[in-house]
Amino acid sequence: MTEQPPFTIEQFCKNIGQGKVLGGKCKKCGKIQFPPRPLCDNCLSKDFEWVEMPSKGKLLTYTIIYVAPTRFQQMVPYVVGIIELENGLRLPGMIKDVELDKTKVDMPLVLEFEPCQPATQWPQWPRYHFRPA
Amino acid sequence: MNGRPLVSIVSAGLSKFGKLDGFYAREIFAQAAKEAYDRCPVLEPKKDIKALFVGHMGESYEHQGHTGATLADWAGLLHVPATRTEAACASSGAALRAGVQAVLSGLCDVVMVGGVEKMTHRSTAEVTEYLAMASDFPFEQWNGITFPGLFALMATRHMHDYGTTEKDLAMIAVKNHYHGSMNPKAQMQKEITLENALGSKVVAWPLKLYDCSLITDGASCLILTKPELAKKYTDNPVHITGSGQASDTIGLYERKSFTSLAAAKIASKQAYEMADVQPSEIDLAEVHDCFTIAELIAYEDLGFCKPGEGRRLIEAGETRLGGRIPVNTSGGLKSKGHPVGATGTAQAYEMYLQLTGQADKRQVKDAEIGLTHNLGGSGATAVVHVYRRT
Repeated sequence: MTEQPPFTIEQFCKNIGQGKVLGGKCKKCGKIQFPPRPLCDNCLSKDFEWVEMPSKGKLLTYTIIYVAPTRFQQMVPYVVGIIELENGLRLPGMIKDVELDKTKVDMPLVLEFEPCQPATQWPQWPRYHFRPA
Repeated sequence: MNGRPLVSIVSAGLSKFGKLDGFYAREIFAQAAKEAYDRCPVLEPKKDIKALFVGHMGESYEHQGHTGATLADWAGLLHVPATRTEAACASSGAALRAGVQAVLSGLCDVVMVGGVEKMTHRSTAEVTEYLAMASDFPFEQWNGITFPGLFALMATRHMHDYGTTEKDLAMIAVKNHYHGSMNPKAQMQKEITLENALGSKVVAWPLKLYDCSLITDGASCLILTKPELAKKYTDNPVHITGSGQASDTIGLYERKSFTSLAAAKIASKQAYEMADVQPSEIDLAEVHDCFTIAELIAYEDLGFCKPGEGRRLIEAGETRLGGRIPVNTSGGLKSKGHPVGATGTAQAYEMYLQLTGQADKRQVKDAEIGLTHNLGGSGATAVVHVYRRT
């Protein structure tokens, strides 16, 4: 059996960099940890397998950021929200290609990967965002 | 516990809240400590105080960690065991709870609890960055979600599910500024209008500048003792009869509900049960209005109304001074100010004033039972205490 990559946040990000959204399914209780964790918060097992997540979902809630920290300042105003994927699991993310006043709770969205940036200093993780489906 | 006193507050101190140029956090804490000593002439601080628990959130502000020992020394309590508690904006709520535990355990007869933060010497961008550390980094901050943004996410969903409006939220700001206008220690002692609030700059829609609490310097402290020793120090102690604390996921996105904070519900249930009181028996409350939506959700989480009906309380004026259950008579974080590490025990300070009849123009008549509700981050920590007049 080949060794599995660790069920960590860093590995989640590496997967994103490769165009894959993966969660960790607990082999003992079946709960999917998404984003992955090394310890199941339900049954405390550390035995997982990787499972692919759907890339489509709907917007549960959102906000339009006008006052942003330095690294996001040139993007304001921008929309961020919490997205429920088709299997019920959730991810926060930026929503692009949407008109501010057309953003609505429950609108269908799809996840899109962004090109990797060279890692020069921590943290430089690959990004994803959502756009209207 | 059945409502019997857990510990008694025999004195309390609060620095001026605001922009306190020229002072380090330790010097501001000394102001609060001095007031607590002066209020209680029988207390011999150096001899009587057996421990200090102090809330402080950020080392970044003054490039200073190890705050427990520093503040013990500056409060004139050299060599007293001193521990800093950190739970973001609930840091001194957690300090209060640690003090309750120290007295209840029998280890200490008298303890000081408190908190401090010095923030205003930093730029708004820096403060925003430091406060954001209370939220999840890899998924929330990294995706551009700011700290006000997290509460805005709650507000959007609350508006969607229950029809809460931006005006309802603005009314909370107006109420708290009205209360704060009567608090000589508040940072902004002036009233605002609904138009001011609704017309202020958008920070994270639907939240505007006047939905947000202030950046503040300040310190607060309390002296706690065993109920049986309270009369030795004062004729007018305030008892703490219930104490609750709970945690939740650091990421808002991982929670079942965005319109209610599970940690606050759990902590308040613990505190109510311990104090043997119902939400309907609470005469007044200081709740964590870091953003106006947080106060509205607190009404619901604390059982002052049903889920989704928070707007009715504010619209009917029930939480205004003179109403059924005045909330944030101090002005709250919104008008009194929010030196994050000091906020939890500053709420308890207001409760101490109210329940000993020392709240002056903002005194709630016949106040007997009070409650404080202190949140950390977007609700990953909640600390609730119930107080009773003697």
